[in-house]
Amino acid sequence: MDFLELIRQPWPWYVAGPLIGLTVPTLLLIGNKSFGISSSLRHICAACIPADITFFKYDWKKEIWNLVFVFGIFIGGILATNFLANPNDLVLSPDTMADLKALGIKDFAGLMPADLFEASNLFTLKGFIFFIVGGFMVGFGTRWAGGCTSGHAIMGLSTLQWPSLIATCCFMIGGFTMTHLILPYIFNLF
Amino acid sequence: MQKVQFPEPIVCDAPNDMAKKESVFSNVKYMVVGIMFGIVFVKAEIISWFRIQEMFRLQSFHMYGVIGSAVVVGMLSVFLIKKFNIKTLSGETVQFHPKKFNRGQIFGGLMFGLGWAITGACPGPLFAQIGSGYVVVIATLLSAIAGTWTYGLLRDKLPH
Repeated sequence: MDFLELIRQPWPWYVAGPLIGLTVPTLLLIGNKSFGISSSLRHICAACIPADITFFKYDWKKEIWNLVFVFGIFIGGILATNFLANPNDLVLSPDTMADLKALGIKDFAGLMPADLFEASNLFTLKGFIFFIVGGFMVGFGTRWAGGCTSGHAIMGLSTLQWPSLIATCCFMIGGFTMTHLILPYIFNLF
Repeated sequence: MQKVQFPEPIVCDAPNDMAKKESVFSNVKYMVVGIMFGIVFVKAEIISWFRIQEMFRLQSFHMYGVIGSAVVVGMLSVFLIKKFNIKTLSGETVQFHPKKFNRGQIFGGLMFGLGWAITGACPGPLFAQIGSGYVVVIATLLSAIAGTWTYGLLRDKLPH
């Protein structure tokens, strides 16, 4: 198997996890930057629609590295999908597949279920819940919590901050609650 | 709810602590790190809605392995940076910020968790999903920005 063929395969956790972990010292050592992604959403607000809100009145230009960083993530997404894409279907746990089939998901080919992420869903109830409500909770919740998976779970835990441990536990509790207690009702709506 | 004052010397949760001013061009290195990061996100399928469902259904170790090993590597690197007082490229001391507990970490954390399981994405993967051609996720991103903005608007009235 040549190298390109090898990296086109899905990367196992023990490759991806350490690479993500190395982002912490990389950002610290190349420019004294603390790893955190949800802050970018705040900088976008501060740059575009500060509306005289105290929370958005700060020198966002000093934090422009963060916006450049997330722009890089976007470019990385383009590159990986266009040049390094896995030629095979996603291998999903059979249990998850059975659970999701029971909820009404039919398409298991790509990284995202077409049943939900089809552009034509945007102006439907499905789209409203999965994009608008979901996105709003991600943006509101991460800022309220002071960070997301990167800022709290990875950077926060790496620096042994117990508030980050609490935040991370709450992320998981929220996710379990949605998946097991609320999603079945949401899927019943369609 | 009691009102909390935010003494907050740091304005940002992921701050730039570099004392020296950076040129516009020097930002290229953060883009490079971002690109690498985005590629890992896609190749390890972390941006997949399916993988997030697997995680919350405890039906695969993958996401736990990714996050767990990332934390271990991060922890080890921070330990080494502190222990050997490793300086940044421009010779500065690496800055760490102790996070203070507030109830926002609970309420906001729960809210983010609920949203994470619906959208199948935390903020980072949103950008990578859009790059991967899931154009409709732009709506999710815009809504997340609106959520952050609304938080800023209501911040003084929320429990922290």
